[in-house]
Amino acid sequence: MRKNQVAVVGAAETTELGVIPDVSQIQLHADAALNAIADAGLKLSDIDGIATAVETPQQIAHYLGITPTWVDGTSVGGCSFMLHVRHAAAAIEAGLCKTVLITHAESGKSMIGKLPRSTPPDSLNGQFESPFGVFGPPSMFPIPVLRYMKTHGITHEQIAMVAVVQREWAARNPRAMMKAPITVEDVLNSKMIAYPFRILQCCLVTDGGGALILTSADRARDFPNKPVYILGTGESVETPMVSQMQTFDSSRAFRTAGPLAFKEAGIAHKDVDHLMIYDAFAHLPLYGLGDLGFMPHEETGKFIADGNTRPGGKLPLNTNGGGLSYMHSGMYGMYALQESVRQMRGIAPAQVKDARISVCHGVGGMFAASGTIIFTNER
Amino acid sequence: MAEPARARPKPTPETQHFWDGTAAGELRLQRCDACANVYFPPRPFCPSCASRKVSIFKASGKGTLYSYVINHRPAAPGFTPPYAIAVVELEEGPRLMSNIVDCPQTPEALELDMKLEVAFEKLDDQITLPLFRPAKG
Repeated sequence: MRKNQVAVVGAAETTELGVIPDVSQIQLHADAALNAIADAGLKLSDIDGIATAVETPQQIAHYLGITPTWVDGTSVGGCSFMLHVRHAAAAIEAGLCKTVLITHAESGKSMIGKLPRSTPPDSLNGQFESPFGVFGPPSMFPIPVLRYMKTHGITHEQIAMVAVVQREWAARNPRAMMKAPITVEDVLNSKMIAYPFRILQCCLVTDGGGALILTSADRARDFPNKPVYILGTGESVETPMVSQMQTFDSSRAFRTAGPLAFKEAGIAHKDVDHLMIYDAFAHLPLYGLGDLGFMPHEETGKFIADGNTRPGGKLPLNTNGGGLSYMHSGMYGMYALQESVRQMRGIAPAQVKDARISVCHGVGGMFAASGTIIFTNER
Repeated sequence: MAEPARARPKPTPETQHFWDGTAAGELRLQRCDACANVYFPPRPFCPSCASRKVSIFKASGKGTLYSYVINHRPAAPGFTPPYAIAVVELEEGPRLMSNIVDCPQTPEALELDMKLEVAFEKLDDQITLPLFRPAKG
C-alpha cells in the first residue's frame, strides 16, 4: 500500500467511559459513531463504508441508518480495528468507497445487550484447552510469560514496572479509570490472579466504545480537524490456542505485522515519537518492544524499568494509561488507535511535544492476531 | 445437585483417534509420511507440507514443562484453586496444554524444563484426559 494516501478525519470515544449500566452495547457503538461523525463534520449519509467487530456490519449499518457499498466484519479480537484501518485504507485507495466508519463498543463490565463468549466443546480449543481449567483471558494470556522471562532474563520487578509507569500516564488523563500512583511493591503485593500475574498486571474491565472515520488524504484537508495520515500498516494471525504458539519467547503474529508496517512506512525505530502497545496484561509491552524491533527481547524489561517509557522518557508508551489503567472494555485496540490519533492531532491529555510519528500495535485473542498502524501528522 | 464438572471435550471425526488413545492409555500423535513432521492438534494432513498421507503413532508420554500459570481466580468449574495450567513440550516435539498432578501447585515445585510423564485421568467411559506428573527417577 502507498503511504499517506488515506487519513483519519474523525475520531471519538463514547461520551462516557467506565461503568455505563444504562446503555446497551449497540447504543455504545452508535454513541461513538455519532461522536466521530460530529468530530468530522459529516452527516450519516456521507458514510459509504463500514467496519466493525463482534457486532456485525449489518447490525451497525442498520442501527445507524447507513447504506454502505463496502463492509468489513473482520473479527480477530482486540486488534480487529487495526486490521479495519488497514483494509479501509486499501479499499479507499482502490476506489471501493470514499468515507469509512469503523466502530467498536463493548458492554464489557455491565454486559447489557452482549452475549457472553463461549467455547464449543468440539472446537479445538474446547477439546485441547478448556478441559485443563482455562477460564477467561487471565488464565490464558499469561501462560507464555514464565518462559519469556526465563529465556530473556526478565524479572518480576521489571514486569511490575509496566503497571507502575502506565499509572503515571493515567494520572495525567482525566478520563482514566485508575489514577492513584502505585509502586512495584503495590503491584507485587496485589491480589494474585494467575501466577505470576497479580490484579495490577491485568487489564481493567469496563464499558465503552470508539469510532474512526477515514477518507482519502486529498479530501482530508477539507475537514475541521488536523488530518492524521496512515503511513504504514501490517497484520497477521497465528493460532487461537495459546498453547500452540510457535514459541513463547516471541509472538509470531507481532513479529510479522510490526516489521511489515515499519517497512511500508519507510521509517527507522529512532523516528518513532510515540508508541502504543496493546496491554491487556503487563507482559505485552515487552513482547511488543522486542517483536517490533525496538530492541532485543533481553533489554525490554530493563528499558521499561529504567523509565524510558514514562512521562519525560525517550519513548513515551501507552500514554493514555493503557488497558491496565485507562480502560479495557474487552477489545482495547480502538482506544490505542484513539490515543495515537489524539497524539498526532496534538490534543492528548498527556501530549508528547512535537510528536510526528505514532506507532500503534494491537493484539487479538491470546497472541492469536496482530495489527500495526503507523500514523503521521505530516504528509 | 452434582458439583460442576470440568469442561468435557467432545471429539470430532478428525480427533477421535486421539481420545480413543487416551482411553486406551496411549498418547497418540500424528507423523507425516512425506516429511516426517510430528504435529498436534490432530488433523488428517500435515500442516507443514500439506500431505494427506499421515500416520498415527503412540508417543513416549515423556516431556518437559515449557510454561504455566497457577490460576487463583476465577476458577474454572470442577477446579479447586490454586491450580496450574501447564504447557508440556513432548519428547517428539509438539506441545500441549495439560495439568500437573502429584506435585504441589507452587512456583517452587513447578520448575520450568522439569521432566514430566503422562498420567491419564478418566472422566467417564468415553473421555480420558492426558495429564502429566513429575517423571520418576
